[in-house]
Amino acid sequence: MSTERTGRTGPADRPDWPATEGDGTGGAAAEGPATDPGAAPVEGPGSGVPGRRPGELTFRETLRWGWRQLTSMRTALVLLLLVALAAIPGSIVPQEDVDSFAVGQWQEDHPRLTPIYERLGLFSVYDSPWFAAIYLLLMISLVGCILPRLRVYARAVRAKPPRAPRNLTRLPDHTSYRTQESPADAAAAVAAVLRKRRYRVVEEPEPDAAGDVVVRAERGYLREAGNLVFHLSVLVVLAGFAMGSLLGYQGGVITLVGNGFANNVTQYDDLDSGSLWSPDDLEPFAYTIEDFDIDWYRSGPAFGQARAFSAQLSYTEDVTEGTPEKTYDLRVNHPLTIGDTDLFLIGHGYAPVITVRDAEGEVAYSGPTIFLPTDLTFASFGVVKVPDGLDTQVGLEGEFYPYYGFDMETGPYSVFGEASNPRMSLIMYTGDLGMDSGAPQSVYALQRDGLEPELDADGVPVRFDLAVGDVAELPDGLGTVEFEGLERWNRIQISQTPGKLVALGGVVAALVGLLGSLFIRPRRVWVRVRPAPVGGWGDVGGDEDDQDAEGGPTLVVVGVLDRSTGAGGGDEELQGILEDVRGPRVRAERSEETA
Amino acid sequence: MSNEAWETLSNQAVAISGIVYFLGFIAHLWQWASLRKVPVSRVERVAVGAGARSGGVSAGRPAGRRSGATEEAWSEDEVAATAGEGARRRVAMGERLGIILTMIATAVHFVALVGRGMAADPNRVPWGNMYEFTLAGTFFVSLTYLVLLRRFHLAWLGPIVAGFVVTLLMIDVIWLHEEVAPLTEALNSYWLVIHVVSAVIATAAFTLGGFTSVLYLLKERAERKELAGAGVGAGTAGDTAAVGAAGETAAPAVRGYLARVPDLVGLDRLTYRLHAFAFPVWTFAVLITGPIWAHEAWSRYWNWDPKEVWAFITWVVYAAYLHARATAGFKGRNAAILALIGLATLWFNFIGINFFSSSSMHSYA
Ligand code: HEM
Repeated sequence: MSTERTGRTGPADRPDWPATEGDGTGGAAAEGPATDPGAAPVEGPGSGVPGRRPGELTFRETLRWGWRQLTSMRTALVLLLLVALAAIPGSIVPQEDVDSFAVGQWQEDHPRLTPIYERLGLFSVYDSPWFAAIYLLLMISLVGCILPRLRVYARAVRAKPPRAPRNLTRLPDHTSYRTQESPADAAAAVAAVLRKRRYRVVEEPEPDAAGDVVVRAERGYLREAGNLVFHLSVLVVLAGFAMGSLLGYQGGVITLVGNGFANNVTQYDDLDSGSLWSPDDLEPFAYTIEDFDIDWYRSGPAFGQARAFSAQLSYTEDVTEGTPEKTYDLRVNHPLTIGDTDLFLIGHGYAPVITVRDAEGEVAYSGPTIFLPTDLTFASFGVVKVPDGLDTQVGLEGEFYPYYGFDMETGPYSVFGEASNPRMSLIMYTGDLGMDSGAPQSVYALQRDGLEPELDADGVPVRFDLAVGDVAELPDGLGTVEFEGLERWNRIQISQTPGKLVALGGVVAALVGLLGSLFIRPRRVWVRVRPAPVGGWGDVGGDEDDQDAEGGPTLVVVGVLDRSTGAGGGDEELQGILEDVRGPRVRAERSEETA
Repeated sequence: MSNEAWETLSNQAVAISGIVYFLGFIAHLWQWASLRKVPVSRVERVAVGAGARSGGVSAGRPAGRRSGATEEAWSEDEVAATAGEGARRRVAMGERLGIILTMIATAVHFVALVGRGMAADPNRVPWGNMYEFTLAGTFFVSLTYLVLLRRFHLAWLGPIVAGFVVTLLMIDVIWLHEEVAPLTEALNSYWLVIHVVSAVIATAAFTLGGFTSVLYLLKERAERKELAGAGVGAGTAGDTAAVGAAGETAAPAVRGYLARVPDLVGLDRLTYRLHAFAFPVWTFAVLITGPIWAHEAWSRYWNWDPKEVWAFITWVVYAAYLHARATAGFKGRNAAILALIGLATLWFNFIGINFFSSSSMHSYA
């Protein structure tokens, strides 16, 4: 057997009790009738339900009507779904912020769509005006929704539990029992239990007009607080996020191991900053990469992957002040923080030292040349541009293999990333490198427009395969190219993200508020106690089958109103209250039953 | 034990747990096949016996069969009375067997996960790729079901859970299997552990919530048809609920699976509770630990990486679901649909994005 309630009040038989409606607390959930899952839509302030048809409205009323529409639950719901929908294109079309290289490629592949997409802002959806419009509307709606609720809540926290409905049996969860106690004692007993269950309890001193001793109680005030905290925190998160994108920057630099970097705009390879950021915000630090270690997997399924890598930095926090030098072991997942700036090690690779000499042996080009890895084996790609010093402009382009291997089918490859057997394979171009025009060009690729591949007698492109120490003759007596040695580079990402703690604090607060909002169960309980004639009577709501007076002359009716948004559990609460009132014996009986 | 031995153990454990889940599924099918012949009684009123200080405590109102998801789908007395002792034994036996087999399967499943983690060098949490994520996800689906089984009287979900898990495990082993490999450096962080564990748990709870949403929609449709007088055999055949077609017919001879799952209020409430649990966990995974980890590994706490975008979309859709339940005109059916849209975005993020987008930095899972 069970005391489970076997049904809940549907819309048709919704209790209609003026005592609780419009008492201020009921209005707190004006948009979402937080009272009863089956309740009919509540009309009233903030419900978004206009009093008249729009056609009949004056201008001011139209404004008010619009505002109510905007701040209605329904609008919030639609806007939320719109945000979700609007976020989708950004995950399909490559994004400038995420991967500008992919954007370029996509645009090359889709020349016709590109202008349209560009106009729609589809390459940076999350900065686009239409995306902003949606979430700003949502935020306005949020504020418009939250402010009135704050006011209502401020009143509600101080309010006493509302008056009891006349007929408690019309509540979704209710029960009645008989007892030998006097009505006052019976009421006090329930009141004590309710207090223990952390209800705010009011015991009415006098029996009411119907002759009932009434107890009214309420708990779960913090739920609404949690809800408000959650929604306000969403604004905080957005503020933190906005701070980061307006006041922050992110830049990257490739530094050779052994070399240094001073924090200065000119030293960055790329730098992407917020519109309110200025170079003066750069902190005056400098670092040198003293050493770089990498630990490879040499067997097993991860053969060739890096187990770990780290760069040993020595750095000075403030060059102008000449603060003492410190050291840091920079690794993935272990950024270095200097003031507001974070430094991350995000990549590494090889820089073969290449020297090009003219026919007389004069150096035309020399130095470590950064090759960018193209795959996990660190097979890398790079170029050498020799604009001056030779009889013609020369470009060399090719692959570098740290651990050279050769396969008849696939050609040269790298076994894995360790520089055990470094080789280079370069192809030569001559002509115009395009560097005189002043237009910026990538240092990692040749601009081929003015260049011709140098061919040998058989019409095959000239290729130099070099191991460390090898020197090759350039054709036509132009000079030589030498693979002198090997250096390493690290890619360091440097960024300032102001507001990140604001955002984090906001999300944490939101989560705490959310937990309160979801798990605190706001409930009202009313108790009516009255000496009752045998046989029951309808008006206080003895149950019809409460025919036996054996329990005693006093009838106690308890009604519970669960005000959470349909999480239910009013029945369980009622059960708990009853168990507490009736003491351990009942529990013993029940456990026997269930056994 | 050597790494290879652990890996072999893990593979074998996956196979065994799959078989045991399947047996559990069969046991539940047998139970429900026996239950099909038993008409669903309409309990009008439940009364509770006398208490200490009081007389009879009588409970509320006349109602449909079950409510609040807090009652069993069937009772021994009811089955014995209407279908005889033999049917009662078969049904009880099927259910018990189904549950016990699912428990065993889940335990073996756990061994598979542990073995996977032990097989890696260095040892690590077993969710570094899609195979492992699926393995862990299905484990948590089953575990969550077992944990909630008693509290919410969920035995009726047994066939769906067992069927679902065994299906996914099969897909996982056939198409997604990868050998144990160490994590790439960026994944080697305790934030990863917290991030992924919470994401997997939330995914499991959302998935269970998806099951109850589907049941809600099916039952709601069946009831609507019944009301409309369409009467006999409202066509829910081909039921996605994995358990034979829910041949709901007009009262009073309502039979079948759908008639015995909780009523709409109960299903809705259960769905809400599952989501109310999953949503904060998801918030924690996606909006707290994810960004913290991303900040450490990639230098930006939010990248609008496709995986992140879809996690955000999922979050927003489920927020909309929670709103829907509080909004007149959206609750009930529309809320259930929103919950399923949320689940679709969640699964798409897991499965689809990996095939769809090559630029995701989350390419491991
Ligand atoms: C960024 C946008 C928003 C998000 C992410 C969001 C999220 C949520 C979530 C997760 C809940 C569930 C908490 C619960 O059930 O107690 C909730 C509840 C609620 N939200 Fe929002 N919300 C947003 C905007 C809004 C707006 C614009 C409004 C005003 C129209 C609003 C009004 C409410 C109300 C009244 C509840 C409580 C419903 C109830 O009684 O349970 N929200 N919101």
